Amino acid sequence: MATKDIVLDHVSIRFGNYTAVDNAHLVIKGGEFFSFLGPSGCGKTTLLRCISGFNDPTEGRVLIGTQDMKGIGPNKRPTALIFQNLALFPLMSVAENIAFPLEVRGVGRKDRRKRADELLDMIALPGVGDKKVHELSGGQRQRVAIARALAVEPDILLLDEPLSALDLKLRHHMRTELRAIQQRVGLTFIYITHDQGEALTMSDRVAVMNKGVIEQVDHPETIYNRPKTSFVASFVGESNAISGKVATQSGKLVEVETPLGRLKGIAAGGRTYKTGDECYMFIRPEQLVLAENHENAITAQWIKEEFEGNARHMFLEAGDVQLRLSKVNSGQSQETPSGGTVPLGFAAEQAMVLPHGELAGA
Amino acid sequence: MNRGTGGGFIAIGFSLLFFTFLFGPLIIMVITAFNSSSFPRITPWECFTTDWFGVLFGNDRLMTGLLNSLVIAIGVVAIAVPIGLAGALALSELGPKLRATLYTVLITPILIPGVVLGISTIVFWGALGRSVGADYGTFFYNGMFLTLAGQVTFISAYAMLVFLARLQRFDPLLTEAALDLGATPGQAFRKILLPFLGPAIGSAAFLTFLASFENYNTTVFTILSGNTFTTALASKVRHGTDPSLSALAVIIIGITLIGAIVHEAYARRQAAIRSGTAQRSRIYGNPVLKTLVHPLTVFAILAGAAGFAAWQGSQYDSNACEAQILEEKRAIQQQLLEEQRKRMQEQRQQQTAPTTAPETPGQASPSPFGGAFKPGTLSPGSDAEPSGDAPKSNSPFGGAFKPGALGPSGEPAQETPKNGSGFGSAFKPGSLKPE
Repeated sequence: MATKDIVLDHVSIRFGNYTAVDNAHLVIKGGEFFSFLGPSGCGKTTLLRCISGFNDPTEGRVLIGTQDMKGIGPNKRPTALIFQNLALFPLMSVAENIAFPLEVRGVGRKDRRKRADELLDMIALPGVGDKKVHELSGGQRQRVAIARALAVEPDILLLDEPLSALDLKLRHHMRTELRAIQQRVGLTFIYITHDQGEALTMSDRVAVMNKGVIEQVDHPETIYNRPKTSFVASFVGESNAISGKVATQSGKLVEVETPLGRLKGIAAGGRTYKTGDECYMFIRPEQLVLAENHENAITAQWIKEEFEGNARHMFLEAGDVQLRLSKVNSGQSQETPSGGTVPLGFAAEQAMVLPHGELAGA
Repeated sequence: MNRGTGGGFIAIGFSLLFFTFLFGPLIIMVITAFNSSSFPRITPWECFTTDWFGVLFGNDRLMTGLLNSLVIAIGVVAIAVPIGLAGALALSELGPKLRATLYTVLITPILIPGVVLGISTIVFWGALGRSVGADYGTFFYNGMFLTLAGQVTFISAYAMLVFLARLQRFDPLLTEAALDLGATPGQAFRKILLPFLGPAIGSAAFLTFLASFENYNTTVFTILSGNTFTTALASKVRHGTDPSLSALAVIIIGITLIGAIVHEAYARRQAAIRSGTAQRSRIYGNPVLKTLVHPLTVFAILAGAAGFAAWQGSQYDSNACEAQILEEKRAIQQQLLEEQRKRMQEQRQQQTAPTTAPETPGQASPSPFGGAFKPGTLSPGSDAEPSGDAPKSNSPFGGAFKPGALGPSGEPAQETPKNGSGFGSAFKPGSLKPE
């Protein structure tokens, strides 16, 4: 049972003038399934390569357990990295791939084969040891890559978007599989992804990154329900963002002057605002309802509707603000508007008021 | 093939012509290797012989050259392949700007004419040798060493191109993965990159070997007073050729054919294995046929056949036939000689009797063509010559232009050693005389 914590002690990584990772400071606990979530180019892969030893931090330290990893090469660290394209060795058989870490450590041929077969049993692929890598399916290769990484029992398994090349069904299946393997072997998994679904379903904790900065580290539910920044609120899950200025605040309740009128929301994280502070109000599409005379009432123009099986999405426009309303498909045909103006509303507790900041995808 | 896609007689005829053009010279060369005629030719066919192979192997200059070529080629492979690999690896690690520059530098030797490389190699090493005070016995003035050095300069660039092409398809993440899994950089290189480059190493070695073996332009300078196979061959051709070169061609064609067939067997086997249809295929599914078409079996069979042919050839003795041919030739000569003698006797008898020479030698025709165009020259009976002239004829054309040669009874005599005139007796006063 690996119990070594990974400490990122004020880690910054720069390439010339470009800052890939800016002052990352956090502790990943031993045995945890930890995800870094962020759009591409946010520095999450750089941070992962730094933990595995392919780049050194420009500033700060990386500690595994109590040991500073400075100057220790990737081949001497107790980490194993699973690459985005898996990087299985095409000229070797499956068993040779899995046994490669043992081979370079001088383990004998028979012992290697025995261990490879054990690992193949563990990933539920017995008997494929003599096949070539290209004879396996995408999901099987995925599992072989994991088995290879686990062959020498590392303390930490690092995964760099390993599911992004798989099709949707398999991706969903592998989420469960990965989580199950992690719980079975009890290792620390550090998982990199831009797919919030993967991060939220599998992780014990998630760090959301943007432009090299870690914006929030929390449990998936907290990340989704109580984002700390505008970026997290807009990146994780869908959100309607309405910009405005704080009018008054009484306790948690904040009144915001917006182009759609004066709206009430909750100050996220118990923050206190001054009158006139620029802010965003975030409302999840599923919290927006078709109703008249609500405590927060908006009138919007109907644009279009999309049907996505389990849900129905309505796209609306109020002034310059694009709004989106989602309704769970209950299976009964519902009376929905199909044009003209639509009255909308949302509860004040469901609206998060966050300081003005960068939005994802904006 | 149908008319719509350009079939028909024209296409077939063209194909025939095309293949004749391609293979005609080779086929003729192979045939001449077995003709006992001392000049490489097919007609007249004299005797089937394998002696030219013996002549070939008996040629010391060629055989020493061959040995030198092999030693140099092996040396070039041993040096140029690692250098090419190092160059390719360096190129693949560099940034785009530096990469373009280094690429140009490394590729330049290929673009420079071999003659220039050859001369500059001698000059460079000679100057270096003089500057360290080395004498002529040292390697600075050794043809083998200079050839090796000169060839490596540009052949390693060939090897580098082969490696570059292969490296472009290498995923550098594989090396990182190996490092991450605990391999040292050396292990990652040996166990991941080298096996991936395996096919390229093979083709680079083959290419550099051939490039070295067949090189002439550079080698002819750098080998100095020595000989490689190509320089020996070139000087041999310059001094006149004989069918032993055809014999060499037969050997080279044979080796090439065996190599090509074995490679094809290998390639087909690999394709069948890779496609996974090997089990179901009629050939590869059958244990006997499978063994039979295995590249090693194919090689063993072909090499065995070639060896057997060589052994048979070495046992074959064409002396009897050649002696017979020689005998026939001698007989023909003898016969011609006889006829000549007879004819001369007849002439002497004819001329001693009448002595009717209307034109004295002093009154020779002023025409620069002599009497060659005079009406009587070609007349059947114009072989009336003043006696005593014929013995002095020294013509390189023998008596071919003798008036009598064109007469119905006149066989051109091959030996007329005593004829002195360049034009035979065509200009002799007597030949103008109408009978």
